[in-house]
Amino acid sequence: MSKIHIEGLNKTYASSHGRVTALKEVSLSIKQNEFVTLVGPSGCGKSTLLKLIGALIRPSRGTLLFDGVPLLRPTRDVGIVFQDAVLLEWRTVLDNVLLPTEILGLDKVKSRNRAMDLINLVGLGGFEKRFPRELSGGMQQRVSLCRALIHNPSVLLMDEPFAALDAMTREELGFELMRIWDTDKKTVIFVTHNITEAVLLADRVVAMTPRPGRIARVVDIDLARPRTIDMEFTQKFKSYSGEIREVIYRSPGASRS
Amino acid sequence: MTAEPNAATLLQDDEPLEPADSTFKATLGATMTLIALTIVWEFLVRQFQVPAWLLPSPSLIGQSMVEWRSELVGHSMVTLYETLVGFALAIAISIPLAVAVVYSPLLQNTIYPILLALQSMPKVAIAPLLALWIGFGTLPKIVVVFLVCFFPIIVATASGLAAVPAPLMDLIRSLSASSLQTFVKIRFPTAMPHIFVGLKIAITFAVIGAVIGEFVGSESGLGYLILVSTSQSRTPLAFGALVLLTIMSIVLYYGIALLERIMVPWAPRN
Repeated sequence: MSKIHIEGLNKTYASSHGRVTALKEVSLSIKQNEFVTLVGPSGCGKSTLLKLIGALIRPSRGTLLFDGVPLLRPTRDVGIVFQDAVLLEWRTVLDNVLLPTEILGLDKVKSRNRAMDLINLVGLGGFEKRFPRELSGGMQQRVSLCRALIHNPSVLLMDEPFAALDAMTREELGFELMRIWDTDKKTVIFVTHNITEAVLLADRVVAMTPRPGRIARVVDIDLARPRTIDMEFTQKFKSYSGEIREVIYRSPGASRS
Repeated sequence: MTAEPNAATLLQDDEPLEPADSTFKATLGATMTLIALTIVWEFLVRQFQVPAWLLPSPSLIGQSMVEWRSELVGHSMVTLYETLVGFALAIAISIPLAVAVVYSPLLQNTIYPILLALQSMPKVAIAPLLALWIGFGTLPKIVVVFLVCFFPIIVATASGLAAVPAPLMDLIRSLSASSLQTFVKIRFPTAMPHIFVGLKIAITFAVIGAVIGEFVGSESGLGYLILVSTSQSRTPLAFGALVLLTIMSIVLYYGIALLERIMVPWAPRN
């Protein structure tokens, strides 16, 4: 059974220019502990798809099964990381990480221990009493990752989580995410508009195209794990990213800027 | 404020553009300028023998302040009382009302637009009516203060409560947080810096409101004292009252700013 099963999913919005189709006939099955990246230009509906999987918005039509059950409301089995860390400025790193456990009413002592483990895992040990404004963008995003993992969800949704960071930090965090994923397996759905990032991280890349947002191709990435930076320069890697670039830019809806 | 010595040092390292002594330098500069201007004022008044009823010299103002100190203190207390009670009343009413407006689409579409429209009405112009309706005691002054403070606080609070970033609201919703949890843990703390912006605007208006109330009709307060002493050509005393009003305004403003530093240490400072 797939972890997440999507079939014939449609999402339309009412806008001032009439109805806008954000997603059209999207079907996708995601296996347990799979690392899937959604890649495509803006307007291709990748973030909309992620929000649908998080049950933050409702589909206009179609099926969305989570563990084989129709997903009607948000589930606590999901952790979310956004492009902005959106940490609470009045809370320390530790208290920011603990926020979901307070809302879910989880055991305080256990949560605290787990939070400290996670903070150490992402390399922020010793920073747990610091406030967000004292941290760099990369460090803030690490805290936001800990916050997404604190209640041990089986699915991690990431909406362009490294897009606001500089290229070096971005790469560093990508490898760190894979290291964490390796030790504590989860189903990860990762939205990006960076093709290299999409290929480097994923088991499968879902290439999407805009107007209307739909899946153009799903590419299996057959590269060994753990992934390394050198892989980017292999022929195989280049052919994957070439294929995805081709699919995205060839589409009739794609802008040719 | 010194509970986090490590954090404080780190912050300084991170902000090389804002040297620690910049506020000190600014304060020193402003003080020196003020002293210089006062000396120039004193000199010009003496040099051109300006009559005291027209423009008293700083030294004469000081003299009359000492001479009339008990009256000045008494009237100051009245104005301070009106200001603080009106201000507190505005906080007590507009913050809960802002919460209600943010949470109730009905209020948002009915009362709130009217409140915003009423904001453009010059509250000062109501002061004579208030005197007509509730007389010449301290109550009408408190009401004027309340009215001028009410709008900045409710607008700041309402916009602050609505200022939670959309992704954060998504995160909270994904955890199925209750409305109360969302309010206590997210919305209200997010609104706090905004509320203090409103409070700082309101407290400056508050003193003005009290004085206006006193101008319209009263037997006490610094506004009354200015009115009476001007009409009797005791200009130095009017200036003395003005000095005290200014000091009161500044002290109240910095009192709020200090409270902000304590209650909202994460707020941006400038």
